[in-house]
Amino acid sequence: MGRIQLKSVTKSFGDVQVIPPLDLTIEDGEFTVFVGPSGCGKSTLLRLIAGLEDITSGQIEIDGADATEVPPAKRGLAMVFQSYALYPHMSVRKNIAFPLRMAKLEQAEIDSRVEGAAQVLNLTDYLDRRPGQLSGGQRQRVAIGRAIVREPAAFLFDEPLSNLDAALRVGMRLEISELHKRLKTTMIYVTHDQVEAMTMADKIVVLQAGVIEQVGSPLELYHNPRNEFVAGFIGSPKMNFIKGDEAKKHGATTVGIRPEHCDVSKSEGLWKGVVGVSEHLGSDTFIHVHETGLADMLTVRVTGDISANHGDTIFISPQTDQLHRFDAQGLRMP
Amino acid sequence: MARAVTANRKMINTAIAWAVGLLIFFPILWTILTSFKTEAQAIASPPIFLGFDWTLENYSIVQERSDYMRFLWNSVIIAGGSTLLGIIIAVPAAWSMAFVPSKRTKDILLWMLSTKMLPAVGVLYPIYLLFINLGLLDSRFGLVMVIMLINLPIIVWMLYTYFREIPGEILEAARMDGATLKEEILYVLTPMAVPGIASTVLLNFILAWNEAFWTLNLTAVDAAPLTAFIASYSSPEGLFFAKLSAASTMAIAPILILGWFSQKQLVRGLTFGAVK
Repeated sequence: MGRIQLKSVTKSFGDVQVIPPLDLTIEDGEFTVFVGPSGCGKSTLLRLIAGLEDITSGQIEIDGADATEVPPAKRGLAMVFQSYALYPHMSVRKNIAFPLRMAKLEQAEIDSRVEGAAQVLNLTDYLDRRPGQLSGGQRQRVAIGRAIVREPAAFLFDEPLSNLDAALRVGMRLEISELHKRLKTTMIYVTHDQVEAMTMADKIVVLQAGVIEQVGSPLELYHNPRNEFVAGFIGSPKMNFIKGDEAKKHGATTVGIRPEHCDVSKSEGLWKGVVGVSEHLGSDTFIHVHETGLADMLTVRVTGDISANHGDTIFISPQTDQLHRFDAQGLRMP
Repeated sequence: MARAVTANRKMINTAIAWAVGLLIFFPILWTILTSFKTEAQAIASPPIFLGFDWTLENYSIVQERSDYMRFLWNSVIIAGGSTLLGIIIAVPAAWSMAFVPSKRTKDILLWMLSTKMLPAVGVLYPIYLLFINLGLLDSRFGLVMVIMLINLPIIVWMLYTYFREIPGEILEAARMDGATLKEEILYVLTPMAVPGIASTVLLNFILAWNEAFWTLNLTAVDAAPLTAFIASYSSPEGLFFAKLSAASTMAIAPILILGWFSQKQLVRGLTFGAVK
């Protein structure tokens, strides 16, 4: 079981309140991702749940029991750190066995659990190596192995993939998702990468300046962002925002349109502009359009390869049913 | 791009490095050479470099006149005792400064270091009086205490620097893994800090071994270490150069040998963290 509940949790460092009163429930077995720009308090929130930082006020419950004053080791949570935080002087085997040794388990039980975790994570051949002799991806797997063997109530991941190169990141992303499908244990995952959030999460928590902007499933956030911040943060490339007269036509202060919801033509359309840079990805092309008189730059996404050169005139027509309207406070209008 | 170094330039650099090294080593070499000369040859003008009658006479005279082993033993007790005691006190201090720093930690560190800026002779009188009143004059215990306190700021500083290099996340991982504070220190922190602790011990032992100001001023006979042993052979008339050199050689030999065998550890420790 691993149901985690935060009740009016706050955190201050000195006079600075980094987390204003915050309520959040993470259901048992859920893959929850905390996402937000750097400094939004997502890592702090994770550390509060872990018990590595004390909360200033409020309450943290794990499976219905008050865990606010419980030390990290006794909360039944396992954490995977960004820097892997492996013990450099111990072999892989000893690293993975460490939490079991601390729990005073019998040696035979420790051995069988370590072997089991090593098998799941493809580490069997590396058990007698030191962390220094492993690649980044292998180290990350050892860190995950150290978390798995404890059979925790929930896993906490603090930006676990940000030290890996892009190709490895995609692979590990899949591995962690598969691990979750297999173990069905609660996972809380912190990242600043909205692609990781979208692809892995059952539930995304978007944070800004310690405040929860929106909680929901990836597609809920994509289709119905509660405000401009969430609309801009979720989705890649970023949503285009248009202010002024064009927005007023739709009865809003700001209208937003995603790059993939724009039709592009070389001859006719609603908005006219000049091509700046086109990024050809093969399957898609992202075209950055200037001089539309609407915003500094609009980005549109075209399926397939299209020849749009720097300086070409281009016409953009937004799909009106996909327009997002926001009021003066940046909140979404129905 | 790496700087291009021509073969010629390399040879010149090597020659200069050797010259500087030999220049620095020369006084020690001269002392050792002089210890094998007769007193007359020791003060001969022009000085004789190698072409003298090698003799061990000075060593046997020195050993006859004063009990080398007693001085050596005092040195070992004083250097070893003050180092051990200093480490026991400094490890927890450096630990808390590195991992649970407060707003004043930096100030405390600087304040500790500032005591090293004071000339030792400035506090000779009060400490001498303290020693008289406490009956500590010419006692090994008194010297262990004084030398430990004199070197404590350096030990704390060195350990603090090493501990700071240990990433906090690893300690947090240990905490998450269920380690108590004791287990965290025993199984995770100490093994990781061993190179740093070892070089601190080594350097401090050398500093304590060579300390002369306090050992000369606070001892007479019973607690006198090797520094006092050397000093007893220096006379203003300068007639015992050869014996003084023999005494010096005997006094520095143990620490020179220790330093030679541990130089790898010492260099590694002193540059720890400087190169990733």
